[in-house]
Amino acid sequence: MTVTTPAVAPAGADVATLRVVGKQVQAEGVLTLDLAAPSGGRLRDWTPGSHVDLVLPNGLTRQYSLCGDRFDPTTYRVGVLLEPESRGGSAYVHRELAVGDVVGIGGPRNNFPLVPADTYLFVAGGIGITPLLPMVRQAEMLGADWRLLYGGRTRRSMAFLDELSAHGERVLVRPQDETGLLDLAGFLGGPRPGVRVYSCGPAPLLAAMEAACAEWPPYTLRTERFVAADGGAPARTAPFEVELARTGTTVTVDPGSTVLEALDRVGVEVLSSCRRGVCGTCETTVLAGRPDHRDALLDDDERAAGDCMYVCVSRSLDDRLVLDL
Amino acid sequence: MTVTTATATTATATTATATTATVPTSDVDPFSHEVLEDPLPMHAELRDAGPVVLLSRHDVFAMARYDEVHAALVDWQGFQSAAGVGMSNFRYEEPWRPPSLLLEADPPRHDAPRRVLQKVLGPRALRRLHERWRADAEALVDEVLAAGTEFDAVPALTSVFPLRVFPDAVGIGQEGRENLLPYGDHAFNAFGPSNDLVAKGAPRVAELSGWVAAQCRREALAPEGFGADIWAASDRGDITPEMAPLVVRSLLTAGVDTTVHGLSAVLYAFATHPDQWARLRSDPSLSRVAFDEAVRWESPVQTFFRTATTDVRIGDTVVPEGRKILMFLAAANRDPRRWADPDAFDLFRDPSGHVGFGMGIHQCVGQHVARLEAESLLTALARRVRTIELAGPTVRHHNNTLRAWESIPVRMTPA
Repeated sequence: MTVTTPAVAPAGADVATLRVVGKQVQAEGVLTLDLAAPSGGRLRDWTPGSHVDLVLPNGLTRQYSLCGDRFDPTTYRVGVLLEPESRGGSAYVHRELAVGDVVGIGGPRNNFPLVPADTYLFVAGGIGITPLLPMVRQAEMLGADWRLLYGGRTRRSMAFLDELSAHGERVLVRPQDETGLLDLAGFLGGPRPGVRVYSCGPAPLLAAMEAACAEWPPYTLRTERFVAADGGAPARTAPFEVELARTGTTVTVDPGSTVLEALDRVGVEVLSSCRRGVCGTCETTVLAGRPDHRDALLDDDERAAGDCMYVCVSRSLDDRLVLDL
Repeated sequence: MTVTTATATTATATTATATTATVPTSDVDPFSHEVLEDPLPMHAELRDAGPVVLLSRHDVFAMARYDEVHAALVDWQGFQSAAGVGMSNFRYEEPWRPPSLLLEADPPRHDAPRRVLQKVLGPRALRRLHERWRADAEALVDEVLAAGTEFDAVPALTSVFPLRVFPDAVGIGQEGRENLLPYGDHAFNAFGPSNDLVAKGAPRVAELSGWVAAQCRREALAPEGFGADIWAASDRGDITPEMAPLVVRSLLTAGVDTTVHGLSAVLYAFATHPDQWARLRSDPSLSRVAFDEAVRWESPVQTFFRTATTDVRIGDTVVPEGRKILMFLAAANRDPRRWADPDAFDLFRDPSGHVGFGMGIHQCVGQHVARLEAESLLTALARRVRTIELAGPTVRHHNNTLRAWESIPVRMTPA
């Protein structure tokens, strides 16, 4: 195979929007979206367990786990379940969002990283399979001992069964209408060292996992909770103002440019490096206003603190941000 | 050196399917003393020869233009590190030490150590060091100026300061710190061919490696510091206890010589550009930009290798799978295709995007530490020193990977 090296990674605004390049039904009520940069260039790198924020054309922001192939540098894949009580996120994705549409993107960030271990036990409930899918591929690649217990309401509602069937007995598929509740104790076995247990799914499953792993060594169980709740104010599509506290200048940031670019236009130089929200060089202290974090660096607590931002990609939720510049 | 455009049939047996391509070929030895003394003319020739050049002397490919170097650095899928980032190909050759879990690893094995170290050395984690390092820098500058205004900046400032603050931040003991620079010097020589520079370090390899390994043990590390943070991550299972000492080793290998030479670079730049020094003095907040501009201008880490994971087309040339490619970070950082007036050290320039720290998943994980060291030292100097000038002939230190100074005699006028 011969590959051609991609052009230099695009900087700035181009990494903040992606185009829907594929939309496929994977199971009853579950579809996948494939997303690519409008330029076709490299996307930010990610690791299994990562999620992205999608800023939908209707202004809502939703978080989805990446379930595609990290070795494909130009495409992200997310799986989306149609929530019966959707308040405009998943219903919009299922009914309105179309191939060719453009969405805003934040992250990827990873609160659910796959740590090194000899043995992995994966437990997925429903759409909770999405972050575990890349973990399964990675465990296989590393030659680790692994097994997956995958529950869902019905077989028809369970996505990715085709791909998973290739792993034979390592994967236990347990639709509730056929086999009842998951036998967690039977799957996990007795507490032992050297094992990491990863689980993602609805809250009752995660509570059951906590109970089932209570006697295991500390840090054995790692879970990711689906947050159905909206992350806060919808992302802005309108311009916002950035006030520079030290110089007294105010600059307007249009939807088409980054804060970094806007600062540069008024001669305020902020050192940056990757310009993709990955390296952390352009960290800037926020004195007032709520940043719209689009980086891949800050964890949830740090994002909530709102006291700093990476101006190469992050934006503003409010009309005005005040920066310590 | 001779650059010829030859019709070269690609060399190894694995390349039967690779096309015969017209690849510019050069017989230059980038690791010869003549080139190490002044690599700039070679960089220009290699950039002009083409997007990729075959270095016939070592039978490796090389890239010297910004666009190609940048693209290859971020493309970890196509250009791997786990076969070694030196000339030695770990697919066929035994590494001289257990490979680095960061520098010489690919995803997925690279993920966990990188994630841990990125947090330990992240800008937010460093906040607690700001005040201490600023005070340390001021104390050092006062000490040096009190002893005299004419001195050699390398032993007096640029190697002393990192050796004072960084091992403390890691949490290693006082004893044996003089081993850090020779260990790092050898590690960076070992990325090149086995030439006289590698032979020079060979007699002490076992002793120095043993000393470094001993410092990476949990019991040798202070209860607070980067080292303890790394071991704490292993307690949480984020890395294994077997990985922890090797991650600490990365700090000790990559965190000392590089910052010493980076600080020397910026000091030399100011000693030879009095107008730029005046500008920094009028606005010390430029110290971060100044350091990055010096890293661009001088590129303390000149080169790293990658290995093609597949037949890769670069321009008209196909680099066959498994072949080594030498990335000239230094040449990319002065590529006129990317930088206006690239040879000028200029604080008015925005050096953002230089590849002196690399780029992509392997980008220097300690870059924020290096910047904080530089910012601390430059701020202290800007406050106390009106002018800096060279006070005698400078002496380069040759290393297969690093651009370094042995001696920078300076004269400083206190403010």
